[in-house]
Amino acid sequence: MRVANIALQQPAVRQPEPAAPAAEPKGRDIHLRFVGVGKTYQAANGPVRALRGIDLEVRRGEIFGIIGRSGAGKSSLLRTINRLERPTEGQVLIDGEDIGAYDEERLVLLRRRVGMIFQHFNLMSAKTVGQNVELPLRVAGVPRWERQRKVAELLRLVGLEGKRDAYPAQLSGGQKQRVGIARALVHDPEILLCDEATSALDPETTQSILALLREINRRLGLTIVLITHEMAVIREICDSVVVLERGEVVEQGPVWRVFGDPRHAVTRTLLSPLQQALPEELLLKLQAQRQRPDDRVVLELRYTGEREPDLAALIGGLGTEVTLLASSIERIQGRALGRLLVTVRGPARSQDNLLQRARAHVDRVEVLGYVAAD
Amino acid sequence: MSLLIERLWQGLLDTLTMVGVSAAIALAAGIPLAVLLVTTGRGGIFEAPRLNAVVGTIVNLFRSIPFLILMVALIPFTRLIVGTTYGVWAAVVPLTIAATPFFARIAEVSLREVDHGLIEAAQAMGCRRWHIVWHVLLPEALPGIVGGFTITIVTMINSSAMAGAIGAGGLGDLAYRYGYQRFDTQVMVTVIVVLVALVSLIQLGGDRLAKRLNKRAS
Repeated sequence: MRVANIALQQPAVRQPEPAAPAAEPKGRDIHLRFVGVGKTYQAANGPVRALRGIDLEVRRGEIFGIIGRSGAGKSSLLRTINRLERPTEGQVLIDGEDIGAYDEERLVLLRRRVGMIFQHFNLMSAKTVGQNVELPLRVAGVPRWERQRKVAELLRLVGLEGKRDAYPAQLSGGQKQRVGIARALVHDPEILLCDEATSALDPETTQSILALLREINRRLGLTIVLITHEMAVIREICDSVVVLERGEVVEQGPVWRVFGDPRHAVTRTLLSPLQQALPEELLLKLQAQRQRPDDRVVLELRYTGEREPDLAALIGGLGTEVTLLASSIERIQGRALGRLLVTVRGPARSQDNLLQRARAHVDRVEVLGYVAAD
Repeated sequence: MSLLIERLWQGLLDTLTMVGVSAAIALAAGIPLAVLLVTTGRGGIFEAPRLNAVVGTIVNLFRSIPFLILMVALIPFTRLIVGTTYGVWAAVVPLTIAATPFFARIAEVSLREVDHGLIEAAQAMGCRRWHIVWHVLLPEALPGIVGGFTITIVTMINSSAMAGAIGAGGLGDLAYRYGYQRFDTQVMVTVIVVLVALVSLIQLGGDRLAKRLNKRAS
């Protein structure tokens, strides 16, 4: 009876996803929903609350990043999606269906719709690359010819055609992760979970794996949920991001907004490795107070993604003597984010005026200090 | 001289029979026992702490009894099973009963060393619990299990000599009767040489097989 039930439900559940991923790649429809999710462990010295009151929505087809420092609960949260971790409070809904009540049988079927890759790859050392990718199909009772076809297809997708008979120990880290990805995709899942998938890889390999994930997301239209402690990973491929701290959501939103205008101290700390410090030379000369009337004002002009940087208009607004000290502008999701450091001739009496004019052209203006005019 | 060779040959055959049969049974019973010990333990995939404690205690009980004492204590049981307490087949019973928990504990260690991440990956890909035992735990632990089985066989050759001394036959019997009771040094030395060769051969074979099965190093 139960089997019949699942058979009836599945087509209905899957229908919207493969139908038109290209036509509507990032639709509004909610794929994953967390409602008041909490997790409490019973540790030796009392209960530990790993997650509390998590409310989140992940849209179909997006790459959703979860970031936080170690111990923030990222791993636990990710694992509630395929029930490797069972929440002690709240619900996790996939396509509106609560997975909390699933028995082992339905859990097995759920996990075939949700692929997962790991920081340390977790490949079976005693099996070849081909056998590793084949394993999920074997345990699902897929016939041999079908398995062979699928394995060949996936090894091609991840660029490991020639490695089918190699053992994991003979592969590089990046290749191992590609095998992990192939294995995770072998059931044509609708969701891919990435548990610090690039944290054990060098920067170059990280880039190639992220590129592969992005390609998979676009080509197969699947929803990717990833956890990482590196903001660079989020910037590289995510659409939305949530910042976790001590098991709670402290900030969330589209990546450009969280990067452009981080509200929480934890987010700023996580972002700091990506930001340039003030130039040393400037720091030495910088004064907090104006020393002489003709001192130049040092301004930090920030773009938080709200508007396009129009340099001509900006400089026109700032006046005639504008010196660019440093600049870093990047584009995330098509939005311009970053800052310019400039010195401007701005007599004390007209400073407020100057700031007002600057604000008309950039998202944030801050006076960092003053330097003596040369 | 030819009589000695004939006796030696018979003794070797007896030893090989005793050890071979008991080792085969110990292998067949020890692996399931080891899987049971690992999977019913805390955090295991068939978590059942009570069962685990009971089985663990029984295994420890048999492991702690010295073989000579176990053999004597098992005499009524042996008679019940094989109908006699004398000869090769009578030795198989205590040898098996001693070797099974011994091997199970060694195999358990290998199974326990399988990275938990692999079990998690298997769960995440939709493996049922038996799939995890069959496709993950056993294949990943196999090199260690082979190594453990080699140790078990060598230990059993050791024990079989003790069984020989109380009438089970085999090389131990030969060494005891001729070497100890008749002070025949020639027989004694020959038996020692044969045993050393036998153990070396088994160890070498076991090591090679374990190495071939181990794919962890490239």
